[in-house]
Amino acid sequence: MTMAAHSTQSTPSREELVDNPYLPYPVRIDDITVESEDRSLKTFKFVFLNPDDEAKFAAYKAGQFAELSIAGVGEIPIGIASSPVEKGFIKFTVNKAGVVTSHLHNMQVGDIMGVRGPLGNWYPWETLEGKNVLIVGGGFAFTTLRSSIIYMLDPANRPKFKDITVVYGARSPGMLLYKDELIEWEKRDDLNMHITVDGTDDPDWKYNVGFVPPITEQKAPQGDPDSYAIVCGPPIMIKFTQPVLEKLGYDHDHIILSLENRMKCGIGMCGRCGIGRELVCKDGPVFTLNQINQTPREY
Amino acid sequence: MSTYTDTMRETARRLLQECKVELVIGFRRGSRPMMNEPCLVRKPEDADQLVWDSNCGINLANYLTNRKEKIGIFAKGCDSRNIVTHILENKVQRDQLTVIGVPCLGMIDKRKIAAATEGEILEVTENGDTITVKTAAGEKQFAKAEVMQQNCSVCTHRNPVIHDEMIADPVPEQTDVDPYADVAAIDAMDLEERWAYFDDLLDPCIRCYACRNACPLCYCPTCFVDESKPQWVGKGQDAMDVRTFHFLRAYHCAGRCTDCGACERACPVGINMRLLTKKLNKDCKELYDWEAGLSLDKRPALDSYQANDPENFIK
Amino acid sequence: MKVIKIEKSQWAEGLEKARQSMRLIGPVAEKGYHSFQELAPGQAPDLDFQNSRLSPKGLAFPQSEVMLTYTMDKNDPECGIMKEADKDYGPRAVIGIRPCDAKALALVKMNFDTDEYKDPYWLNLYNATTFVGLACDAPCATCFCTTAGSGPFDEQGLDVLLVDQPEHYLAKALTDKGTQWLQAAGFTAETDGAAAIDKAKSAAQARITAKIETEHLRGADTMALYNADFWEDVAFACINCGTCTFTCPTCWCFDIQDETSRGQGVRMRNWDSCMFPIFTVHTTGHNPRDTKIHRVRQRFMHKLKYFVDKYDQGIMCVGCGRCVNQCPVNIDIRRASALMNRVGQDARCAVQEG
Repeated sequence: MTMAAHSTQSTPSREELVDNPYLPYPVRIDDITVESEDRSLKTFKFVFLNPDDEAKFAAYKAGQFAELSIAGVGEIPIGIASSPVEKGFIKFTVNKAGVVTSHLHNMQVGDIMGVRGPLGNWYPWETLEGKNVLIVGGGFAFTTLRSSIIYMLDPANRPKFKDITVVYGARSPGMLLYKDELIEWEKRDDLNMHITVDGTDDPDWKYNVGFVPPITEQKAPQGDPDSYAIVCGPPIMIKFTQPVLEKLGYDHDHIILSLENRMKCGIGMCGRCGIGRELVCKDGPVFTLNQINQTPREY
Repeated sequence: MSTYTDTMRETARRLLQECKVELVIGFRRGSRPMMNEPCLVRKPEDADQLVWDSNCGINLANYLTNRKEKIGIFAKGCDSRNIVTHILENKVQRDQLTVIGVPCLGMIDKRKIAAATEGEILEVTENGDTITVKTAAGEKQFAKAEVMQQNCSVCTHRNPVIHDEMIADPVPEQTDVDPYADVAAIDAMDLEERWAYFDDLLDPCIRCYACRNACPLCYCPTCFVDESKPQWVGKGQDAMDVRTFHFLRAYHCAGRCTDCGACERACPVGINMRLLTKKLNKDCKELYDWEAGLSLDKRPALDSYQANDPENFIK
Repeated sequence: MKVIKIEKSQWAEGLEKARQSMRLIGPVAEKGYHSFQELAPGQAPDLDFQNSRLSPKGLAFPQSEVMLTYTMDKNDPECGIMKEADKDYGPRAVIGIRPCDAKALALVKMNFDTDEYKDPYWLNLYNATTFVGLACDAPCATCFCTTAGSGPFDEQGLDVLLVDQPEHYLAKALTDKGTQWLQAAGFTAETDGAAAIDKAKSAAQARITAKIETEHLRGADTMALYNADFWEDVAFACINCGTCTFTCPTCWCFDIQDETSRGQGVRMRNWDSCMFPIFTVHTTGHNPRDTKIHRVRQRFMHKLKYFVDKYDQGIMCVGCGRCVNQCPVNIDIRRASALMNRVGQDARCAVQEG
């Protein structure tokens, strides 16, 4: 193992750059919520140790992500699930899968780790103002969509958008994220909420049963020049949702996707997440279908 | 050996025309002196790009791994032994293959020629045992034996061990060589000397993994150096990590290596990592009288147990 | 532009003088090959070379570099908090870098120095360095710099260009940094060397006969190139080692890793390669570039198309020929580029993108 001599003090010299985009902000785990019945999904709420860092991070927009950083283990890019209108903390919902996420799932409230961000682009909020917004989400990719919904429903923001429709599905009721919020959104009259599950044996289940694409076909409004669709979910869901949206009349540049790819640096330097000339971490992760059609689908 | 080319083209064309194979794996002329490029020929009319000379040192068995087609493949002695090993290890099936045997008189070592030549090498030609090297300053000739790859000069299996066709009559095998003289020299060093020797040997490594990737034996879907759960070895340039890679790779080749030399040949910084695999080849020979890839009917040394297997090295 | 005449008899003394204010790095021969290393006092750079075996990109981008450090000691209140690694960004001069390699650093800078983010490690090393280039009088048969946007006397990315003459060097000061270096070395004798430099330049350029064809790449349709039928043929021989990318002066991809030992940890970066299957593999096991055809195509498309489109600064290659010379199976970027260029002739994109 390389252990070059290092101390905790650095000696800056002339012309040296001080802002280091690789240096994570230290954060404390403030709360951990188990989201899914199989415990594979947990939401981590972080508070910044340093108020200056919080101020720097606070300008994030719904759709961006951050690198969660654990010393001695590594980093992992995760979409920001909290919303810019929620102050004092940031939240991430993490699926237990690889080395870093497995380690994170074993960490406790009070533990110190790091966050780097906000990173990447965001859903095009300026373009979406004055428009109908359809949100289609599946599985644990719902995180930045939650951020988006909270953002749009904020009293200061809701008048900026016309009709908001959400189709969100998971394998089973127990795998749905943010259940309390879903139920609350279901009751609102300024949001058309369609919750669905692939299947359930719960006789009291009062929402939809079916995969996301057919439910979208049944429930989503027709596309028109004033309507945009934001789609985020597993590749198979995206694949079958695309023709549904085309059928509903959504143009390719009105279909907005958030891509996932293997990343390391998160700032467009390390070259790993490139698809064609685009870097998913910096030029994305949000692209229109139109943009993706002109790019090799190497994600 | 360059006289093989015409026969090869005819053979490849015929096999493709008769639909005995879907593709033929061979070499085509490279863009650099002393370099040929492994290539795949699917159409009879493309067979004319095939060539053979003393610059075909890359082991073509490497290109068979997990292929499902019916394949014609040119195989010198070492390639054929790796094809046998591939068949034994289920990386390809015997009945998929038409092995076109190529009796081999050794491959030339471009680094030896470069080291013995002043200035940049512009062209290298061969005529029997004479290698002619052209530079801006003029021409220089070498006897092939002087500039042969070291593994070729001590090779005792120049003829293919399995074949369905032969490009030419077998060549005489070398019998008066000691394949393990270099290993014995290292064995004779004292500990400190040996440590310094390996330290120096592996120092230039840039971990590009060309040695691993040129080797037909290295076909693991995920190599141990690439595993992250658990991570066995660091990924930086720490000397311990570099050694761990080379030593473990060598041990993964124990009883399987044919000393084809593809690893050393591929290394961009000229490391002779063959010394490590050869030590294990020598052990296999001495302990189990085993040489890899000679027969489809025998299980490899580390794959079988005999009641009288030596065990005095277990301490 | 100022041209300074440096008598070879004064060269060693001047270097020692320059060393008073900066570290010196230059080509050193070792086991028959040249590499760029720090020069010890009294040690002169060995300028009798064509080029180094590995590119000098490691001067700004070491193969393995500690970025951040931390303690894992649970009793330490700083446990798990990342700190800047201790770095030496003191001034240094690289003597004898070839113009193609300096141009490569200028290309790589576009990746590490962006409007949004600055890579402090690369930029601090780059900014701390004065690049004293050595014009190329005896290019290799595989050099194709003149058709790759560079040349044997290319000045891009250099602070000083040295031109070798029998008894002296002619030094062209190209930047303030270069002027300062010449002054620090005491090389101040101005001369009218422009004509001699031009003559040497023309002669050197004429010696370069190898070419890369690129003129139709910019206008080519990306997906037509991507879906072209030659990729299986181009990629077949590839063994997926990283030699081409590791020896390339313009390849910059890296991996980030944490390593810990005895309660102390580092976050480091290491060169990585798009040739390696694990480069793109997702945690789920899905690999968007899971065949070597994907990976070989990625390398050539990145250098010859994606980069061209993204920056409009030509190809991501300076024609040094290292990948051509060192590829163990002789895959040749010039052949790939010619095939791509031919597609570009036929399949132009409908609208040229910005």
